[in-house]
Amino acid sequence: MLKKVSGIFLQIFNFYYEGFCSMTVGKKLWAIIIIKLFIMFVVLKMFFFPDFLKTRFDNDAQRSDYVFERLTSPTNK
Amino acid sequence: MITDIDIALVDWSRAQFALTAIYHWFFVPLTLGLSFMIAIMETIYVRTGNEEWKRITKFWMKLFGVNFAIGVATGIILEFEFGTNWSNYSWFVGDIFGAPLAIEGILAFFLESTFIAVMFFGWKKVSKKFHLLSSWLVAFGSNLSALWILVANSWMQYPVGMELNPDTVRSEMIGFWDVLLSPVAVNKFLHTISSSYVVAALFIIGVSSWYLLKKRELLLASRSIVLASVFGLLSALFTAITGDGSAYMVAQKQPAKLAAMEGLYQGKSGAGLIIFGVPKADAHKNREDNFHFKFEVPKVLSLLGYRSVDAFVPGIKDLTDGNKEQQIMSASEKMEKGRLALTSLRSFKEFKKQNNQAKADSALSIFRANAQYMGYGYLNNPDSIIPNVPLTFYSFHIMVGLGALFILLFMTTLYLSLKNKLCNKKLLLKLLILSLPLGYVASESGWIVAEVGRQPWAIQDLMPVSVATTHIDATAVMTTFILFAVLFTVLLIAEIKIMLTQIKIGPEGGKNV
Repeated sequence: MLKKVSGIFLQIFNFYYEGFCSMTVGKKLWAIIIIKLFIMFVVLKMFFFPDFLKTRFDNDAQRSDYVFERLTSPTNK
Repeated sequence: MITDIDIALVDWSRAQFALTAIYHWFFVPLTLGLSFMIAIMETIYVRTGNEEWKRITKFWMKLFGVNFAIGVATGIILEFEFGTNWSNYSWFVGDIFGAPLAIEGILAFFLESTFIAVMFFGWKKVSKKFHLLSSWLVAFGSNLSALWILVANSWMQYPVGMELNPDTVRSEMIGFWDVLLSPVAVNKFLHTISSSYVVAALFIIGVSSWYLLKKRELLLASRSIVLASVFGLLSALFTAITGDGSAYMVAQKQPAKLAAMEGLYQGKSGAGLIIFGVPKADAHKNREDNFHFKFEVPKVLSLLGYRSVDAFVPGIKDLTDGNKEQQIMSASEKMEKGRLALTSLRSFKEFKKQNNQAKADSALSIFRANAQYMGYGYLNNPDSIIPNVPLTFYSFHIMVGLGALFILLFMTTLYLSLKNKLCNKKLLLKLLILSLPLGYVASESGWIVAEVGRQPWAIQDLMPVSVATTHIDATAVMTTFILFAVLFTVLLIAEIKIMLTQIKIGPEGGKNV
């Protein structure tokens, strides 16, 4: 059984491995994808786009109170 | 209340969202439409066994791969912005957006991304039928992704199936099917995907026309044009039908948007539809339907908007000042009710803190009675409900005008292709290449109508954009705006450059993506 399962995983691995190896323009595209995802998730998300409510407050009750205050008396200055 | 809000922050947040959404939408329509046309091409190949169809399928699949790779995950940026720039809004809509986006993430994205590997790597490794099934699943998966995003957007235009929890100020879903199958959502989904198919059909025709002009890949180009013309024509006709459905829903649920789309300041019975026209600069200031010139079809706007040729179509003046004869409430009255909703919501919370349940219940019932006008409570001027009329007007007419042109183009290309006369029509072939970017112009214009036309609302009648923003420094939003402008411009240039290179190489260059 274990042998059968590992055989399936090996087949899937080979499928992807050979697919990637036989790529032409795809290699350039993968480079673009990886650089793009790095910029988005590492640079932008971590340094420029913190989740405001998650990072400022510890729990949903505090978040709710804050937004309630903002919505019922919005003084965003 | 709204006078206290930092307008620079709101404007930068809106500009950033608009920028990222517009760039994101450069990639999406091609994925939605091309995936289906590739699946159709491969179906023909599997059914006929004709190797040329396999070659055609693989060529368009390569261009699909370029677009998919560069466009993938660009929409995630919008979710970053929700959390950082629009936290009030994100909290308010949490439960409503959570379900559709979770389904999108789990079901559609994984369906799409799993089978896309089989589509590209599996030509010689899986059976023909399984490969074909994978291509169809990629097409359905990408369109299913669009469904959930468009359902979420439709809810912002027509918030149904929800109830605001007064304790948490979060919208809670009380009817999943009401959200999913709201007439606005159904029309928006069908209209958006069918118009995306038109963009993809124009892409195939544009690229194929270039090959015909260059006297290259004649069989591939002519077969692709026939298929794209049929697919594009059917899609464009369906887009017109769903566009009518969308306009009808706009008339019912967002009358200010409809008035802006038609530059209608003075409401009238038996209103005509302006086919084209140029409004005068003082039209907005004087609140009059002043045009330098216009070509109008009598009574059609009433017919399309209210299914009756004599129906009254409210103009912007009717919506701001009210119209007792037509039982249209003025914006000022709605603002009063909105303020009552907000003060009673606040009182509810205070009474609850004081453990005064009777008074809390009373405040809550006042809130519930006026909750549908809640967003108006934030406005300090009835004119705030007016969207940007010139931008909405021109975007709408550009979209509709181009849509009509595309129907004519598809009919012409289909006719000439079937008669084997297209190759000789050099001027038409050049026009078809030019129509490729016009498809994107029409598609983006549609989104401008949908989003600019619904201003000032982030959520129709419940939350204006000014209240939806996070209390952060406008400079931070400006900085990220510039970062995104650079990032997305680089991606778009990369897309165009790689795409052009692959088109020039043609189907023989590189067997795999």
